[in-house]
Amino acid sequence: MLRFLVRRLIVALLVAATVMTLAFILTRLSGDLAISIAGPNATQTDIEAVRKAYGLDRPVLTQFFDWVGRAVTGDLGNSYFFQTRVSTLIAERMPVTLTLGLTGLSLALLISIPMGILAAVRENTNFDRAVQMIALIGQAMPSFWLGLLLMIVFGLTLGWLPISGTGSWEHFVMPGIVLAFSAVPALTRLTRAGMIQAMGSDYIRTARAKGLSRASILLKHALRNAAIPVVAIAAVQLGFMLGGSIVIEQVFALHGVGFLAWESIAKNDFPVVQAVVLVLAVIYVALTMVSDLLNAVLDPRLRA
Amino acid sequence: MSTAVTVNAGPRRGWKSAGTWIGAIIVGIALFCAVFAPLIVPHDPFAQDLNRRLLVPFWMEGHNPDFILGTDQLGRDYLSRLIWGCRISMLIGITVTIVSGLIGITIGVLGGFFGGRIDDAVLFAITTRLSIPVVLVALAVVGLLGTSMTLLVLTLGLLLWDRFAVVARSTSMQVRNLDFVAAAWCAGCSRFRVLSREVLPNIASHLVVVATLEIALAILLEATLSFLGLGVPPPLPSWGLMIAEAKDYMFFSPWVIVIPGVALFVLVLGINLLGDGLRDAFGTRSRS
Repeated sequence: MLRFLVRRLIVALLVAATVMTLAFILTRLSGDLAISIAGPNATQTDIEAVRKAYGLDRPVLTQFFDWVGRAVTGDLGNSYFFQTRVSTLIAERMPVTLTLGLTGLSLALLISIPMGILAAVRENTNFDRAVQMIALIGQAMPSFWLGLLLMIVFGLTLGWLPISGTGSWEHFVMPGIVLAFSAVPALTRLTRAGMIQAMGSDYIRTARAKGLSRASILLKHALRNAAIPVVAIAAVQLGFMLGGSIVIEQVFALHGVGFLAWESIAKNDFPVVQAVVLVLAVIYVALTMVSDLLNAVLDPRLRA
Repeated sequence: MSTAVTVNAGPRRGWKSAGTWIGAIIVGIALFCAVFAPLIVPHDPFAQDLNRRLLVPFWMEGHNPDFILGTDQLGRDYLSRLIWGCRISMLIGITVTIVSGLIGITIGVLGGFFGGRIDDAVLFAITTRLSIPVVLVALAVVGLLGTSMTLLVLTLGLLLWDRFAVVARSTSMQVRNLDFVAAAWCAGCSRFRVLSREVLPNIASHLVVVATLEIALAILLEATLSFLGLGVPPPLPSWGLMIAEAKDYMFFSPWVIVIPGVALFVLVLGINLLGDGLRDAFGTRSRS
């Protein structure tokens, strides 16, 4: 178990280091940062001043190691636009993104686990086919478009929910539904496949032979085994959701980390862009580690 | 009991299922529109006329029979822009998939076939790629380098190779130990020949399935990026861009966002239906 943990941790650190390098390269893609920051009307002296002020006159490798050295200690540099520390900016915006992500994930699990179980129990009936159709529809639905449609129906026509901002819990209902939609297909399919596999196994036959009730067989025996991959994937899905929430935050004007990144791209605020890429990647790596550990804890066979 | 589990072994699968045919028909229509767009558009999709802005589509009161789906906020024919947008979606979907397929299949086959250190490196590359937030990085690249079709295709291609790599890796790992590969080695075939003549043809059906699903994903992502203003440059009629441009009018004339959105949804659904059907027809179920 310990060896597994250590191995997993080393890989996670290497991935983080690689993403760090990529995030740095990403922001240098445009060639000369100083020209982009100074804007189209800047004179040569302005550009020189900007270059000096932000330390862009130093060799690229020096800049890189400087950034890495600071980032490791939690200092992600200063935002060009907001003139504050990037770490503070991200910390301020993170609660909104996390609330959105957790709302989306909870909704997705609440919808897809019962749907997957019922579809598995009634395999190859019309209900099963309907569930698979819903999964296909969820896969094909563009999230930004679904968001706009919900805004028209529930925001304008029915007037039930606010269409933008983060003032109250009601503000998170529509964005949460839209985000959940993206995870429902995968989670439903996984639950369904897991349940079908479990229901066909020997221990379920034994449980049936013992004369246990149907509910007890389904929920105590089959679901416990089918849930292992679902729980593991749920953690990974949360990582994808945090990265993908940039679109939904923009549609519903939720000022989270994704919105911050989108603003910063538009304003050429490179320290923020590279920091958000790094932070989201590190969160994802951490979540996949949690997912692997959960897998190992729940399923002893994987610990070898 | 064997470990192989037949999921979905229902009575109507593959080419016998209605879903596959619906998917094939949708994709066929989309391909036709994409190839012959310049010939079949009823109007010039770029011609603006401020005197006929926001004309309503055919199912609404007071529509103009010349403009079946109405016009947009600049008076451009919506149907023509929709058809032209299909061309752009298909073009991007297919080119992105070619780029990502080349990268992913190469990496995946190398890892799966040779194993060992090479495979460790391949697995690491896949893990790293998965940790990168796609939409954010694509937005950043396009935001820094400017909007252009070529750049968009290259960026998405460089970001979307993971599923190809995963599937190519696991399938070539299975093929590597089969007798006909051993026979090819014994016959003195070169590495390249074994890979290109023995391994690739045998994993091709799996890769075709991935390719269809990948086209759908690329089309959705292009629309998303264009919607956020960092995808296909205007005045090109990308469906995502059409929705973004129409957003200001959606509360008064909802059809301006409904029409391109439905088109996008139906196309992606059709490609996915076809992909699922192909998977069942080939009998390939190696999704993990």
